Amino acid sequence: MIQSIDYQTKIPAGGHWSLRARRGTILRLTDIMGGTNVGMLFYNPENLLERYNAPDTLKCQNTFKLTRGNCLYSDMGRIFASIIDDTLGWHETVCGNIQAEEVTERWGSRDYQKDRNAWHQNGHDAFLTELAKYGLSARDIVMNINWFSRVVSDQYGNIMLDKDHCRAGDQVMLRFEMDTLVLLHNCPHPLDLSETYPKSSISVELGTALPVEDNDFCMNFREENRRGFMNNNLYNLGR
Amino acid sequence: MIESNLNPEKACSRTLIDSGDYFIGNVKAGQTIRLLDLEGNQAADTLFFNANEPSERYSAMDTIRNQGNLYLTSGTVLRSNLNNRMLKISADTCGRHDTLGGACASESNTVRYDLDKRCMHACRDSWMLAIAEHPEFGISKRDIGHNINFFMNVPVTESGGLTFEDGISGPNKYVELKAEMDVVVLISNCPQLNNPCNGYNPTPIELLVWD
Repeated sequence: MIQSIDYQTKIPAGGHWSLRARRGTILRLTDIMGGTNVGMLFYNPENLLERYNAPDTLKCQNTFKLTRGNCLYSDMGRIFASIIDDTLGWHETVCGNIQAEEVTERWGSRDYQKDRNAWHQNGHDAFLTELAKYGLSARDIVMNINWFSRVVSDQYGNIMLDKDHCRAGDQVMLRFEMDTLVLLHNCPHPLDLSETYPKSSISVELGTALPVEDNDFCMNFREENRRGFMNNNLYNLGR
Repeated sequence: MIESNLNPEKACSRTLIDSGDYFIGNVKAGQTIRLLDLEGNQAADTLFFNANEPSERYSAMDTIRNQGNLYLTSGTVLRSNLNNRMLKISADTCGRHDTLGGACASESNTVRYDLDKRCMHACRDSWMLAIAEHPEFGISKRDIGHNINFFMNVPVTESGGLTFEDGISGPNKYVELKAEMDVVVLISNCPQLNNPCNGYNPTPIELLVWD
């Protein structure tokens, strides 16, 4: 699946970043200490109005959770990225981001003067900061992915975060199927009620994927994904 | 489930919305709206915007997170992307409404069903026409977020599946919402013919408003 890993970095707890991942790029996330949460959003850099669409991603694959084999769809029926490897089996995409007031209530306010870069950043403001770099704003925030977080529902729809889900060394690996603007933050999950502000860093590796073969696991995971890949091929006609 | 004691004869407006059509209009803070599923098993794909600042809009994830529950019913407070209260569901004879499934779109139809179904009418195309024909509301494609599917039944299983079940709605079931801010309501009465969300037979709904 991987031709090479070309770059590695760490994002500390509360950190955020954005990058353009070209088609054929690998992105591997590793939880270094366990218990982390990584929020992520995708936009098409050629047309920022095209963005990750969680409802389409879920309904196209009849799933509530994300794991290996799942594709991450835009609102235009195209695939931003495929999940080509995953040690966890469950990542959630419906709970959104923790807000400043929730962080303050649980762990104290964000205070750079006192805490420097160990400040209590929240996922919503982390995304606002990255979005503004591309002329985007709160208007452009849609349901994000929360990697490493498992949220389960009972039969009545009551939801609960599984705090024992993610251990040190757990990984998820994406392969980008079109050029994608990626926004990410390492801020606590909105349902995280831990006693202290979570401290786990994540490792982010970027690399080059091998070409997608006809027997590709993600493309054949569901017949819908095969059609999603056909939409991507149409988008790339003439390249 | 909570029944309403509002009298339809005293409503200040009543609007029939055929399937495949849209409705866009203002609702003032304090007014109550009722969506009435006239023949049953219909899906009403609905968005709300702050009438005074349409970049503030209904947010499914904020609503879910605040109530700790995936489904909408009586008592649910609809939250905005700024985490403010927009409307509250004051009555509901259906029992459960979806906000995970999103709207049908010609683009997602190509993935779900067939590339050659891209020209079948879909909810998002109704919204696109609505905002194009009504620039006075100041809503653009940027503001089109994740909607509510009133009357639609999309249960999540404990193992993480998502299923589209035949509706739990029936003829004359309804849901009522009381506005807590001035809002614009945008409804697509779903034209989907490819799945059971509206029993493969899209039918009209009625929108009632009380002062």
